Amino acid sequence: MQDTFNAVADIIAETCNIDRATIQPTSHTINDLGIDSLDFLDVTFAIDKRFAIKMPIEKWMQDINEGKGSVDDYFILSNLCARIDELRAAKPA
Amino acid sequence: MRLEYFQMVDQVEAVDPVAGTIRARAEVPRESSVFEGHFPGYPILPGVLLVECMAQTAGHLILVLEKFQRMPFLAQIESAKLRRFVEPGTALSISASLVHLGSGYAVTKAEVETETGAVAEAGIRFRSLPFPNPAMRDLMLENARRLGLDAPMRA
Repeated sequence: MQDTFNAVADIIAETCNIDRATIQPTSHTINDLGIDSLDFLDVTFAIDKRFAIKMPIEKWMQDINEGKGSVDDYFILSNLCARIDELRAAKPA
Repeated sequence: MRLEYFQMVDQVEAVDPVAGTIRARAEVPRESSVFEGHFPGYPILPGVLLVECMAQTAGHLILVLEKFQRMPFLAQIESAKLRRFVEPGTALSISASLVHLGSGYAVTKAEVETETGAVAEAGIRFRSLPFPNPAMRDLMLENARRLGLDAPMRA
């Protein structure tokens, strides 16, 4: 989990030109870090590439819109990293 | 190529959904009102339209990969290089390849060549969204047929 957070935080800092020290597990990607949709596209691509996964962003958005989850469940970094770890664990060996 | 209608591609020559590649051709018209301003007495294809050639070609690849269920909208142009001028009447070969098909986005690379060499290249990224209405999907399907996209898909 800590490794995942460090990797994601590095990606966000580099991609969005955000001071790495301000990126915390409790940071909200939109409300706290101010990442807009185009930068988030870059972040998503970098995470997909880094972990060889495909983050199901559209499914997550659908879940949020249908009330099956909250924005915080997906876009607070500690929660995002937990979901990334789930996707990594679910990958075929 | 019909510049006034933003139809940059004349024909799709090959598309390979498995390899994630597409190749198309386009001929720059000899006459166009675009050249009256770009530039008077020295007509060349605007560089931004070369980028549009690559975006439309790569966009058709994404349409095929998404089985015409989603529409790719241009979101980002990365490291575009416009290497030489393109004059009226020039035949262009445009190719694109998929780098990554993500959830709601796609990353591609594209390039334009003429018989004398490389003209342009860029990384092209798209947002991939459901069609905003059925008419737009119908238009894209009709456009694909006009480009001969059916034939390469069967090959």
